[in-house]
Amino acid sequence: MMTNKIWVYIDQFKGEAIPASWETISAAQYLTEQYGGGVTAVVAGSQVQEIAKQAIQYGAEEVFYSEDSTFDEFRAEPYASLLSGLAKEHGPEVILFPTTSRGRELAAMVAVDLKTGLLPDVTALEVQDGNVVATRPVYAGKLLSKAVCSTRPQLITLRVRAFPTPDLDDSKTGNLTEVPAVMSEDDILTKVAGYTESSRGVSLNDAAVIVSGGRGVSNNPALNPPDGMDESQVEIWRAQEGFKLIGELAEALGAAVGASRAAVDAGYIPYDHQVGQTGKVVSPDLYIACGISGAIQHQAGMRTSKVIVAINKDPEAPIFRMARYGIVGDLYDVVPALTEAFRNRLSS
Amino acid sequence: MKIVVCVKQVPDTAAKVVVEDGQVTWGDAPLVINPWDEYAVETALLQQEAHGGDVTVISVGGEDAKEAVKHALAMGCDSAILISDPAFENADSLITSQVLAAAIEKMGDVDLAFFGRQAIDGDVGATAAQTARGLGWPAFTLVSAISGLDPDAGTIQVERSLEEGRQVVDGKLPAIVSVVKDIGEPRYPSFMGIRKASRAEIPIWSQADLSLEVANPAVTWPEITNPPKREIVTEILSGDSPKEIAETLVEKILEEQVL
Amino acid sequence: MEFTLNEEHRMVQKMVRGFAQNEIGPIIKEFDRKGEMAPFILPRMAELGILGICLPVRYGGQGMDYVSLGLACEELEAVDSTLRVVMSVHMGLNSMALLQWGTPEQKERFLIPQARGERIGCFGLTEPGAGSDVAGIASTARRKNDQYILNGEKMWISLATKADHALIVVRTDPDAPDPHDGLTAFIVELDRAGIKKGDIHGKLGVRAGSTGWLSFQDVEVPTENRIGQEGEGFKIAMSCLDNGRYTVAAGATGLIRASLEASVKYAKERQAFGREIGKFQLVQQKIAHMVKSYEAARLLYLRAGWMKNEGMRNTRETSLAKWFATDASFEAASEAIQIHGAYGYSDEYDVERYLRNAKGAIIYEGTSEIHQLMQAGYALEYRQDVHLRCELPVYDAEFWHND
Repeated sequence: MMTNKIWVYIDQFKGEAIPASWETISAAQYLTEQYGGGVTAVVAGSQVQEIAKQAIQYGAEEVFYSEDSTFDEFRAEPYASLLSGLAKEHGPEVILFPTTSRGRELAAMVAVDLKTGLLPDVTALEVQDGNVVATRPVYAGKLLSKAVCSTRPQLITLRVRAFPTPDLDDSKTGNLTEVPAVMSEDDILTKVAGYTESSRGVSLNDAAVIVSGGRGVSNNPALNPPDGMDESQVEIWRAQEGFKLIGELAEALGAAVGASRAAVDAGYIPYDHQVGQTGKVVSPDLYIACGISGAIQHQAGMRTSKVIVAINKDPEAPIFRMARYGIVGDLYDVVPALTEAFRNRLSS
Repeated sequence: MKIVVCVKQVPDTAAKVVVEDGQVTWGDAPLVINPWDEYAVETALLQQEAHGGDVTVISVGGEDAKEAVKHALAMGCDSAILISDPAFENADSLITSQVLAAAIEKMGDVDLAFFGRQAIDGDVGATAAQTARGLGWPAFTLVSAISGLDPDAGTIQVERSLEEGRQVVDGKLPAIVSVVKDIGEPRYPSFMGIRKASRAEIPIWSQADLSLEVANPAVTWPEITNPPKREIVTEILSGDSPKEIAETLVEKILEEQVL
Repeated sequence: MEFTLNEEHRMVQKMVRGFAQNEIGPIIKEFDRKGEMAPFILPRMAELGILGICLPVRYGGQGMDYVSLGLACEELEAVDSTLRVVMSVHMGLNSMALLQWGTPEQKERFLIPQARGERIGCFGLTEPGAGSDVAGIASTARRKNDQYILNGEKMWISLATKADHALIVVRTDPDAPDPHDGLTAFIVELDRAGIKKGDIHGKLGVRAGSTGWLSFQDVEVPTENRIGQEGEGFKIAMSCLDNGRYTVAAGATGLIRASLEASVKYAKERQAFGREIGKFQLVQQKIAHMVKSYEAARLLYLRAGWMKNEGMRNTRETSLAKWFATDASFEAASEAIQIHGAYGYSDEYDVERYLRNAKGAIIYEGTSEIHQLMQAGYALEYRQDVHLRCELPVYDAEFWHND
């Protein structure tokens, strides 16, 4: 009889675990220090034994998994019935989920089945008097609340990247238990018909991350234009090469590309990318300004960004005064290095 | 078709929301319809225009929580019901979903109930899925398009906006649908709608009217605070190579949790 | 006495504000720079019912009251004056005159399509040689059997090249002992033979709008197009202005508000001498004056709107509101630029556009000087309101809402 009190749900898509799922294990391990026992993971889907093994390697002591065909595509109804059934049988204290579209919906429905509370999109946890006290942003992040659930299990979804990824130890072993589905296909009221990958670029308006280029983007004397190019076009060509680098960084981050008025006026990039007093006013979580001096009218367009990073050759550039992190350097060196560093770090 | 749209009244998004003496306050900023719910109302009205029937807007709130409902009426909903009871004060999403499910059942023969993606005060985003679960209906969440609706056959097809891309899902009516912005910009209230809304008598349903008895909320917020003030302390990063500097920055960014 | 807006009025305000801010705000600077009117504005205002806002439903309108018209104008001009100019000419000067003076047939032929936004109306009083001196109007309408033959030119006509109908005032009796009595009003379809129109460019302000001229050469109009009686033209023109001025007053109030909001925002953002400039007293003084102007202007135009609702003659009150609000909006815009410093001098920010737009309103619909003479005239009892044969209909909800 399994008695671990702290459970985690491992979200997967098309047979690959969502990396944020592993973060739930480190949070779960923290909770086991308070509640005792080990961590149990639950995962369902098509061919998820590998994922189940990975869960053990990341620190779960045991895993319930199901590969019933009804789980081939995620649908909240059968997944919820599975998880609720397991929870009813074993009575965990806490179930942690990553806050993905699936995790949130699943937790919501399990909450109804088990008549218990849901604490979604949590950024920090502590335990007081046997209850988890979850910190969550409310009012669109304007305020922070501490929420508590008096019933059991406490269902909590964790904000992506709010908790660390545990170390992977591929020598670890644990119990893998296959469990049957609860709902039959006939009972399920929805069917997934298909899926198309999103390929369109990120819009500046909604982007959570923006990488912007300014006048400095054309400033690369070391970059040799193709032979025979007209002098008047060289600057623009250099700028476009520079914006390519910015575009690559943006792609690595799932970010939108912005520009200063100077860059737009000089013809380096179209007006729809302009950030500033004229142009768009944006408020992303992360704004990376490359080769932008930071004049007040550009500031007006991005000053409410949560974290501002500035990359500029000129240490006196005004942008450094409003940046949280600054790099005094050549964006032609720094931006590609950043792209590579992010790519490596984010895929691990 | 009998269509329902569930809306919530919240402080204006532009309002300065702060905590004073442990209480949330927004000064004299107006209370408005939750912005996401406007998209839900728009979707409901579009389905009505395509398939006929009527649209009722319902809301769980205080007795004077009429702004949201009136805005929906002014946009074109046919009727409104306000659900209010002291027992629902401080309701968590589970209780709200139980109340909405009971109201939808009481209304009877509802084909579709629309929700906005989440309410901008609690940002919980679970009510739609929970109401569906309570009713035993399918929940279509994060819907960016309704690609097929056949009231006679009782089927619906939607496109959903997931992290990985667009997903197409088929299902049976009656159903719950929660929508995202891609579904289409909400219309402005018409002047005729404004007149109708301001004259509307909105019935209020209490807990007793729903034959319900809700428990105390499982989830409470014992503490709410203003976020820590962020003084901009600029950190200039340095290193031996662009690679090193870049790696340092990446770690810092991840610590900031802005990705 | 109620000083708060009722729910209906608040919803009207919100709706028009939403439209103006969301759909016009983002593109207006571009069109102002180009000196063009965005082609989608008139159709969209028609579609949303704004072009018929305070006209009865039975005449194709939206059934709202006169206060709603004012509120809408305030919201429109807070984004750009050219939006409110549309309401001034199409609704205030033209459509409301048809409501007040038109025969049932004229209402059918002209008012209903205008209320629905299917046709656009404009107003032709001013001429190259006659502005404040209305009695100096030289365009003529010569009666010939069951027609009038129109000749002459009208200038500084908003929407001249965009409108379908013009309400014009011309001279039918060149021999009248008092030239005021020789004027007659007509409603004219602008696609009649002999009519030419053109745009006027190079204006200081309202550049995102349409201002032009109309020229009439032996234009034949049936007598059915005559509004009121021969010789009533001056009185009709003045009553048109009672409504046009109301929209200008309301709009200028919105312009003061826009200057105030821009100034408050900038004063809290811009730093100088180690602190935000809102902390400096001379900046505060400017803002305090804007607040004073806004609140006073608002009360004045709302009172005029209320009086219209009640069926009370409001020539004096509307003139007062227009004079006060327009002068104050120019002052407010000027100080807003000052608060913005060099940035205010650039079209990067909106405040310079507010100033250029504000100046026009001090000139049209009765110059500031004309209004001062009117107000002194009332106070000194040198001036009394002349009785009008047709009054602006009292706002009656029953009548306005039902078919």
